[in-house]
Amino acid sequence: MADLATTFAGIRSPNPFWLASAPPTDKEYNVVRAFEAGWGGVVWKTLGEDPPIVNVASRYGAVSYNGARLAGFNNIELITDRPLQVNLDEIARVKRNWPDRALVVSLMVPCEEPSWKQILARVEDTGCDGVELNFGCPHGMSERNMGSAVGQVPEYVEMVTAWCKHHSKLPVIVKLTPNVTNILAPARAARAGGADAVSLINTVQSITAVDLDRMAPEPVVDGKGTHGGYCGPAVRPIALRMLADIARDEAMQGLPLSGIGGVGGWHDAAEFIALGAGNVQVCTAAMHHGFRIVEDMIDGLSNWMDGKGYRTIVDFRGAAVRNYVHWGDLNLNFRTLAHIDQSLCIRCGLCYIACEDTSHQAIAARREGSARRYEVVEAECVGCNLCAHVCPVDGCITMVPQPASAPTLTWAEHPNNPQRVTETAE
Amino acid sequence: MTADIAPGRVPPAELAANFADAHPPLSPHEALVEASRCYYCYDAPCVEACPTGIDIPAFIRKIGSNNLRGSALKILEANIFGGSCARVCPTEILCEAACVRTAEEDRPVRIGALQRRATDWLMEHGPSPFAREAATGKRIAVVGAGPAGLACAHRLARYGHAVTVFEARAKPGGLNEYGIAAYKLADDFAQREVEFILAIGGVAVEYGKSLGRDFNLAELRRDYDAVFLGLGLGGARPLGITGETLAGVRDAVDFIAELRQVEDKARLPIGRRVVVIGGGNTAIDAATQSRRLGAEEVTIVYRRGAAEMSATHKEQDWAQMNGVKIRHWAAPLRLLGEGGQVVGIEFTRTRPDRNGRAEPTGETFVLPADMVFKAVGQVFVPDPLRVDGVPALELDNGRIAVDAERRTSLPGVYAGGDCVAGVDLTVVAVQDGKIAAEAIHRALRG
Ligand SMILES: Cc1cc2nc3c(=O)[nH]c(=O)nc-3n(C[C@H](O)[C@H](O)[C@H](O)COP(=O)(O)OP(=O)(O)OC[C@H]3O[C@@H](n4cnc5c(N)ncnc54)[C@H](O)[C@@H]3O)c2cc1C
Ligand SMILES: Cc1cc2nc3c(=O)[nH]c(=O)nc-3n(C[C@H](O)[C@H](O)[C@H](O)COP(=O)(O)O)c2cc1C
Ligand code: SF4
Repeated sequence: MADLATTFAGIRSPNPFWLASAPPTDKEYNVVRAFEAGWGGVVWKTLGEDPPIVNVASRYGAVSYNGARLAGFNNIELITDRPLQVNLDEIARVKRNWPDRALVVSLMVPCEEPSWKQILARVEDTGCDGVELNFGCPHGMSERNMGSAVGQVPEYVEMVTAWCKHHSKLPVIVKLTPNVTNILAPARAARAGGADAVSLINTVQSITAVDLDRMAPEPVVDGKGTHGGYCGPAVRPIALRMLADIARDEAMQGLPLSGIGGVGGWHDAAEFIALGAGNVQVCTAAMHHGFRIVEDMIDGLSNWMDGKGYRTIVDFRGAAVRNYVHWGDLNLNFRTLAHIDQSLCIRCGLCYIACEDTSHQAIAARREGSARRYEVVEAECVGCNLCAHVCPVDGCITMVPQPASAPTLTWAEHPNNPQRVTETAE
Repeated sequence: MTADIAPGRVPPAELAANFADAHPPLSPHEALVEASRCYYCYDAPCVEACPTGIDIPAFIRKIGSNNLRGSALKILEANIFGGSCARVCPTEILCEAACVRTAEEDRPVRIGALQRRATDWLMEHGPSPFAREAATGKRIAVVGAGPAGLACAHRLARYGHAVTVFEARAKPGGLNEYGIAAYKLADDFAQREVEFILAIGGVAVEYGKSLGRDFNLAELRRDYDAVFLGLGLGGARPLGITGETLAGVRDAVDFIAELRQVEDKARLPIGRRVVVIGGGNTAIDAATQSRRLGAEEVTIVYRRGAAEMSATHKEQDWAQMNGVKIRHWAAPLRLLGEGGQVVGIEFTRTRPDRNGRAEPTGETFVLPADMVFKAVGQVFVPDPLRVDGVPALELDNGRIAVDAERRTSLPGVYAGGDCVAGVDLTVVAVQDGKIAAEAIHRALRG
C-alpha cells in the first residue's frame, strides 16, 4: 500500500489533499467536517484586519458545458467576513483537536509592516502549522492595494514575504496570482524574500457570463455585475503550465510547490505532482460535491501508485518535469499517423469533417449504399491528432508513431531556421 | 354461456390515466442533457433513415443552444407533421435505429422525444410560423385530410396556391384522429396540430364530402389545376372463416375509431376476454387499448413468429408490458357462437413451411372470447376512383400506381400516403404529400 503522507515545507499531513483557502475553510464547523471526511489539511479562509469586510449577494458565476455544471466557476467574494478573534479562537481549537492534520492560515492585510507584524503574532498563538500569504485575490481586495495588487509587483512580493519571515517562525507559503504575464517573476521574488514554499494558482480574472435579459455580467447584484476570480476544471491547464514553468526554473529548484486550480480527482492531483507539486489544494470540486470527494482522491491515488510501484508521493513528484521542454527542443523529424480502428468506428463522420474542413483533407469518406467508411489518407496526414480528439469513441482513432527515418532534428538545427546553429567546417 | 361484455370496468381516475400521454414530454433540463448526447454527426445516418429527411443533428444542436424556435422550424420545414411524428413514429426502426449511438452503446439519442420538445415549444409559442408567397391564382383539390393530404395542402399553400380539401369524415387528421392509439396522441393533439397547420391560410376544408359519392375525379380535373389523392385505406381484410358476422366480432380499426371518438370511455363496452387476430400495429393497439379499458384477458394470436410480426419489437414489448399475451404460430379456423354472439375461436397450430410461411399442423385449440378483433390488414378500396362506373386510374398491386413524383396515370392527378405502395406510416404519408406538392408546384409554374 502506497504511503500518501507528506511533509510540505516542514508541515506534515496524512495525505497530499488540502482544502484551499475559501468558503469550505471559513469556519470551525466546515473544517471539522472536512477533517472527518479525511482531508489531510486546510488553508483557513484568508484573515484580514478588523473591521471585517462585507460581502455581496449573489457571489458566484458558473460555466456549464453540455449539461455539466461548474466546468468553470467564478466568485466575487472577498476574504473572511467574520471578526479576526472569532477565527483565531476556532483555529486554535481545531488545531488542538486535530493535531495530525495540516492547518495553515491564509493572511491578507495592508502593505505595511506593522500590520503584518501584529497579525502574525496573533496567528502564531493559535498553534497553527504555517501561514499562506494571499497575494492573489483578483477583485475587491486589489482595489484596496491588497491581494493581486501585491502579487503583480515582484518587489512587493519580496518585501512582504521578508517581513513575514522576519516577524514569524512559522513556515511561509506565498500564494501566487495567475494574473501576470510571467509567473517566474513573482515566484522568484517570493524565494528571494525567504518563502518556504509557493502555492498556485489563485483565481483568474473573469466574467463568466452575461445575463442577456438584464444586460449585466453574472452574478448580477442589484442590476450590476463585476469581474471575479475564475477557477474549477476550466483553469487546470493554466495552473499546470504555471506550476511546470516554476518547477523547471533553475532559480526555483528545491522550493516546495503546492498545486492549485481545478483539482477534482486523484488523476488531476497526480498530474500536478508529476509536474512538481508536493501537494494539492482543492476548492471548487469540494464546493460542487461536498467533502466526501476526498475518499476517492485518496483511494484512487493510492491504487494508481500501487499499480505503478510508487511507494511515496516523492517517488513520482516532478517525474514529468524533465520532459516539459521548450518548443524548440522538440524533434521535428518525429512522425506519427492517425489510424482508425474500423471495428470500433460508429460512422459519425466527425473525424472526416474536422480534417476536411479545417485541416489537411487526410480522411477519405467512402460510401457503399448507406454504409459509410472513413479511411486515413496517410500521404496527407500530418499527425496533428485533431481527428483523435474529435472522435467520440475511446480508442477508435489512435496515433501510431512511425519508425524514425531521420535523426533527431530540432528547430535550432533546422534548415528553415535563419538563425540555425551551423557546424563550422573544420 | 353469455358473453361478458360491459362498460366501466375501470375506475374513472385510472381510466383517465390509462389513456393519458403514454410517454410524457422531456423537461427542458432532460432535453438539454439528451441533446448533448448527440454527436452532431457529419453525413448523419439518422437523416437518411427519416423518411422526411429531417436534418436531425441540426435541430438537436439548436435545442442545445436554446434556439427552440429555430429547432422546430428545421423540423417542420421537412415535416409539417413533426409534432405527431415525434409521438407516433416507430423511431426504433427509423432514425434511432440508425443513430451512431445505437452502434456504439445500444442507446440511441432520443430523437423522437427531442423532436417533441422543439415542436411542442413552437406550438405553445405563437401562431403559424409560415408565411404564404404571393397568390398564384392556381387552384388545387386535395382529397382526404389525413397526413398525406394536409402535408400536400400546406406546402402548396406556402407556394401561394389556393387549396380545397375534401374530407369524407366530420373531422380532419385521418388516422391521427381515428386510428392511432389514444395514449400516443393524448390531449386532442391531432386536432390541435391540424389547427396549427391550417393556420397558414389558403386551405379550405370541406367536411362530409366524399369522392365517388358527392363528386368524381373527372369533375375535380375539370374544376381544378391539379388533384392530389390522399385517400388512405378504406377497407379491412376479412378473416375468411365462418362466424365473422357474429356479434362481438369486429374490425380492430372500427373499434379503435370508436374508442378515439367516444365522449366518455367509461361508456365503451369491452369484453372480459378479448382475442385479437393479427401481427401489426393495429393488433397491438387494439389489444393494448382493450386492456386499458379493463379487459381481463387479452390475447394476440399471430400465425407466424415474433420476428415475422410487422409490429416492431418495442411495440410487442409494450403490449406485453400492458399484460397482453402474444401467441405465435396459430391461425384461426372458425369463430364459435351461441345465440348469435361469439363465445370463442378455434385455431390450428401452424409451423413454418419451406418458404417460412405458416402451414397448419392440424392440431387445434380453442380460446374462449367475449370479443374478437380482426387486425389482419387493411386494403385500398378503389371504388371512389370510378368515373361513370369505369376505373379512372391505374392500380399497382391493389393501390394507386404512382411514379417517383407521385404522379398517377392521369395527367394532373397525384396520389400519396397509404393509398399508394410503400410502408404504411404517418411519416411516409407526409413525405408523399410533400413530394407531390413540390411536383405539382413545378408543373404549375411551368
Ligand atoms: C390502428 C392504426 C395504428 C397506427 N399507428 C401508427 C403509428 O403508431 N405510427 C405510424 O407512423 N403509423 C401508424 N399507423 C399508420 C398511419 O396512421 C397511416 O400510415 C397514415 O395515417 C396514412 O396517412 P394517409 O393520409 O395516407 O391516410 P389516412 O390517415 O387514412 O387519411 C385518409 C383520409 O382520407 C379520407 N378519405 C378516404 N376516402 C375518401 C373519399 N372517398 N373522399 C374524401 N375523403 C376520403 C379519410 O376519411 C381520411 O381522413 C397506424 C394505422 C392504424 C390503422
Ligand atoms: C468562493 C471562493 C472564495 C475564495 N476565497 C479565497 C480566499 O479568501 N483566499 C484565497 O487565497 N483564495 C481564495 N479562493 C481561491 C481558491 O483558494 C483557489 O485558489 C481557487 O479556487 C482555485 O482552486 P479550484 O480550482 O480548486 O477552485 C477562493 C475561491 C472561491 C471559489
Ligand atoms: S491526424 Fe490530423 S491530418 Fe491526420 S487524419 Fe487526423 S486530423 Fe487529419
